[in-house]
Amino acid sequence: MSAISPAPALQQAQGARGSRILGLGAARGDLVVGNDDIVGPIDSSDEWIQQRTGVRTRRRAPHGVEAVDLAEQASREAIAAAGIRADQLGAVLVSTISNVAVTPSLAADLAGRIGATPAPAWDIGAACAGYTYAVAQADALVRAGAAEYVLVVGAEKLSQFARPTDRTISFLLADGAGAAVIGPSDEAGISASVWGSDGTKWGLVGMEGTFTQFRDGAIEWPLMRQDGPSVYRWAVYEMVKVARRALEVAGVRADQLAAFVPHQANMRIVSQLAKELELPESVIIADDITTTGNTSAASIPLATHRLLQEHPELSGGLSLQIGFGAGLVFGAQVVRLP
Amino acid sequence: MALSNDEVLAGLAEIINEDTGIAPESVQTDKSFTDDLDIDSITMMTVVVKAEEKFGVTIPDEEVKNLKTVGDAVSYISGAQS
Repeated sequence: MSAISPAPALQQAQGARGSRILGLGAARGDLVVGNDDIVGPIDSSDEWIQQRTGVRTRRRAPHGVEAVDLAEQASREAIAAAGIRADQLGAVLVSTISNVAVTPSLAADLAGRIGATPAPAWDIGAACAGYTYAVAQADALVRAGAAEYVLVVGAEKLSQFARPTDRTISFLLADGAGAAVIGPSDEAGISASVWGSDGTKWGLVGMEGTFTQFRDGAIEWPLMRQDGPSVYRWAVYEMVKVARRALEVAGVRADQLAAFVPHQANMRIVSQLAKELELPESVIIADDITTTGNTSAASIPLATHRLLQEHPELSGGLSLQIGFGAGLVFGAQVVRLP
Repeated sequence: MALSNDEVLAGLAEIINEDTGIAPESVQTDKSFTDDLDIDSITMMTVVVKAEEKFGVTIPDEEVKNLKTVGDAVSYISGAQS
């Protein structure tokens, strides 16, 4: 019997020391939908919506424009801002709940459209926390040597799931895409992520109805709804703990932040979270919800992109971003702004 | 030691005043949160979380829906303390 020769040593990838966001891109639906345009079926008023949500207008895409179209527009801007070519991308990650097909993925379509083929491409189903999940994955890929540059996108066309008569969430929903290119960096540009899920609260927010029920004629179409007060309680009082933990693992104090960019779910959640975190006045708080509406996975990159347009001096500063939503799922990290 | 109903009422009035600016003397047991005090379901959740902290009790989401009046809340908190 011959002796088995020892197996050769394997080589493992070695990645960059750090990672950071190199460029951002944004695309919002072309239609500006005011509160007066939608109050009829919910027997409400502009004042009621503004008081309850802070939303004055929401951006929606017209018929024929899908989430992938918005994703492409945002991605092209992010790639140009990062100063790289699409063929240098080592992965394309898209967080979406709006893809019009269960398969194939929106990410593969996007990669093909922008010239990133043959980069691995996949969708992430983490709703409003999806962008932070994607950033956590991109950071790990870059530092592990699995990819040099990663395109991270949140892309949604939520208006297709809005029910005109729904008073729980539909009037918040909007369409848009936000993109970021994440790549190698000598200094740390993305902190450890604090992320997780709580499936015991699976039913609090999400789709009312399934595609099976739709096929069987039991429902007209799966639409969004939420238990607003319970979601609010969780989004503020559980997420404040997550946000504090994210600062702790990043080794950053609240007064060292330049910006706070929570998921743009509802301005009351954003404001109460900021209040509970006792952020100093020097920290700029994202309020893109007021004119864009709730774009789920796209809201954090869209709000960040807008902050940098309105306050270019924030570039290089630290931003605490936290996503939370249907699942329930959550994710938070501190990032250095590009 | 559990607080008396009057002490719970005073504590609730303090929380509501801090979060909404409503005068503490307006917070009486017969007042409806929504109809009399204009406290909506979202603000109510903040009041509930602060009450949990202040009185050391747990008020689950499904119970909050049953707290229609200030008196309902005082009774629930007093009961949960003992």
